[in-house]
Amino acid sequence: MELGMCGAASQCPPLSHREDLWVRGGRILDPEKLFFEERRVADEQRDCGGRILAPGFIDVQINGGFGIDFSQATEDVGAGVALVARRILSHGVTSFCPTLVTSPPEVYHKVLPQIPVKSGGPHGAGVLGVHLEGPFISREKRGAHPEAHLCSFEANAFQDVLATYGPLDNVRIVTLAPELGRSHEVIQALTAHGICVSLGHSVADLRAAEEAVRSGATFITHLFNAMLPFHHRDPGIVGLLTSDQLPPGRCIFYGMIADGMHTNPAALRIAHRAHPQGLVLVTDAVPALGLGNGRHTLGQQEVEVDGLTAYIAGTKTLCGSIAPMDVCVRHFLQATGCSVESALEAASLHPAQLLGLEKRKGTLDFGADADFVVLDDSLHVQATYISGELVWQAEEARQ
Amino acid sequence: MKLIILDHYFQASEWAAKYIRNRIIQFNPGPDKYFTLGLPTGSTPLGCYKKLIEYYKNGDLSFKYVKTFNMDEYVGLPRDHPESYHSFMWNNFFKDIDIHPDNTHILNGNAADLQAECDAFEEKIKAAGGIELFVGGIGPDGHIAFNEPGSSLLSRTRVKTLAMDTILANARFFDGDLTQVPTMALTVGVGTVMDAREVMILITGAHKAFALYKAIEEGVNHMWTVSAFQQHPRTVFVCDEDATLELKVKTVKYFKGLMLVHNKLVDPLYSIKEKEIEKSQSSKKPYSD
Repeated sequence: MELGMCGAASQCPPLSHREDLWVRGGRILDPEKLFFEERRVADEQRDCGGRILAPGFIDVQINGGFGIDFSQATEDVGAGVALVARRILSHGVTSFCPTLVTSPPEVYHKVLPQIPVKSGGPHGAGVLGVHLEGPFISREKRGAHPEAHLCSFEANAFQDVLATYGPLDNVRIVTLAPELGRSHEVIQALTAHGICVSLGHSVADLRAAEEAVRSGATFITHLFNAMLPFHHRDPGIVGLLTSDQLPPGRCIFYGMIADGMHTNPAALRIAHRAHPQGLVLVTDAVPALGLGNGRHTLGQQEVEVDGLTAYIAGTKTLCGSIAPMDVCVRHFLQATGCSVESALEAASLHPAQLLGLEKRKGTLDFGADADFVVLDDSLHVQATYISGELVWQAEEARQ
Repeated sequence: MKLIILDHYFQASEWAAKYIRNRIIQFNPGPDKYFTLGLPTGSTPLGCYKKLIEYYKNGDLSFKYVKTFNMDEYVGLPRDHPESYHSFMWNNFFKDIDIHPDNTHILNGNAADLQAECDAFEEKIKAAGGIELFVGGIGPDGHIAFNEPGSSLLSRTRVKTLAMDTILANARFFDGDLTQVPTMALTVGVGTVMDAREVMILITGAHKAFALYKAIEEGVNHMWTVSAFQQHPRTVFVCDEDATLELKVKTVKYFKGLMLVHNKLVDPLYSIKEKEIEKSQSSKKPYSD
């Protein structure tokens, strides 16, 4: 079936312009080819009312949501992932990397096989593979990760990694601290397995970070958070954004939690202005994402949700981010004053490039998967499509 | 011959678009009666296409029962090359209107047998009942379609080697690289266009002024192929003030004096929205000289 979507499509390149988007067989179709070679017209047309069409959002760091914690070793992790996958469609997210925080080996062995790579659809956003954040991270910068389960790979390097995680088939990203001994061997081995290595929860100086990038690392986990603060004589991992010691042509990507809470808008602007092409918006959402205001019990923890903030109940201690991806996009746009296209690309094209998926995801180019969102001018999600199929629609758009 | 003189490019484009709109609507096309329209490429008709698209989007005009025949296409340039006339027509017109692909005809410059392709094109025009209105533009050397200076005024659709002037002029579309510019094209002949029941030529800009002068104030001459239309019973030249710079004051004044009459061709402006009302009224024929 040919489906013509009438609206303003956002694309790179070229950037946004008024255009129809054509879909067939779940992919974006070149209508000129259809016209001249097959001599066919659209079977069905949908009027998007001049709204913005943008590639579906990709969240490469999300720990859970709607009360589900991906790192909980339950018998039915799959059901939890499926629930979150379905609910984040309303945030415009069409694919994501479920993220596991530092856990003991038995949790990885139990949970990882239960989260296979999966295409998206009406059942929920696609799973691109798991993001393993830890346990090979710095003790000093472990943040909320449990100290007891932290590991190093000084003894057997990559073998230690395999022993901890088990098979890596379902793994897409590993966040590690490059200052750990023999990290370059591990980075090389992971990269050779097609796994994206991210630097984070680390006290690495810039030289160690550059060394890690030369070994194959391409990503920085939640820039500024859980790393050495920027210092002008040793800018640390942050310095990678403007480093001239990276392999030629290599683009370093960095995750940013643009919820207005976890990163000061000024810091967001510094990063964005230094290296706009590498900015990847992540939610880093915790299980309280999507739960309404009030007190909730999550695992052993009592959590108090108030708007976009989640506190440990009875305290003013933040317990993680709960801003949905579309909120992050809007906040990022407002905080940096960047173009609408740049804001949308930070949540779509950049994460796709990071994962080497830019031919299929994060773009509306011909041949790409027809995963896209329909947004109003203030970037509120009106509808979400996966493989050309409507998978979510806002209440007001249904009328 | 009519010579329509408007102030600027925009007004000339709009006048041409309105004229095409009225002609299509008054023709009252339907499933058994298609309106056949000859179409040009190039920068001159862009404004006209924009207006036609606007009319379609506003619901005033439909191309459902219109067949189009394009004047020309480069030889050997891939169909999806951004400078091919297929790409031009798609990007500047077809993608934004309701024309069915089967009703569009553009010469295939990559056909195995180029002359057979040209002969088939002539046949297709004939099968469609001939061209009702052929819209064209011209080059500064007075060429219509790719009928370069010296082309026979009786020529039919054929393979044509492009003049050096044309190749040089086109280089700007190929990153200024002369080696990338196609040197051959398929084009309808002057005779093919002459067979149309009506011809409308758009001429705008000071750089086309000498060609307009040659087209209408000098004799019929194969070195200025557009001059052939002096012998066509129904030709409309639509131009802007700049294009008249080489004409005699007398010529310009005469035709400007006729604008009051000629404007009746586009005023009233018909719309398919009011087609039913229109039918009930006595038939309004376009002004004819």
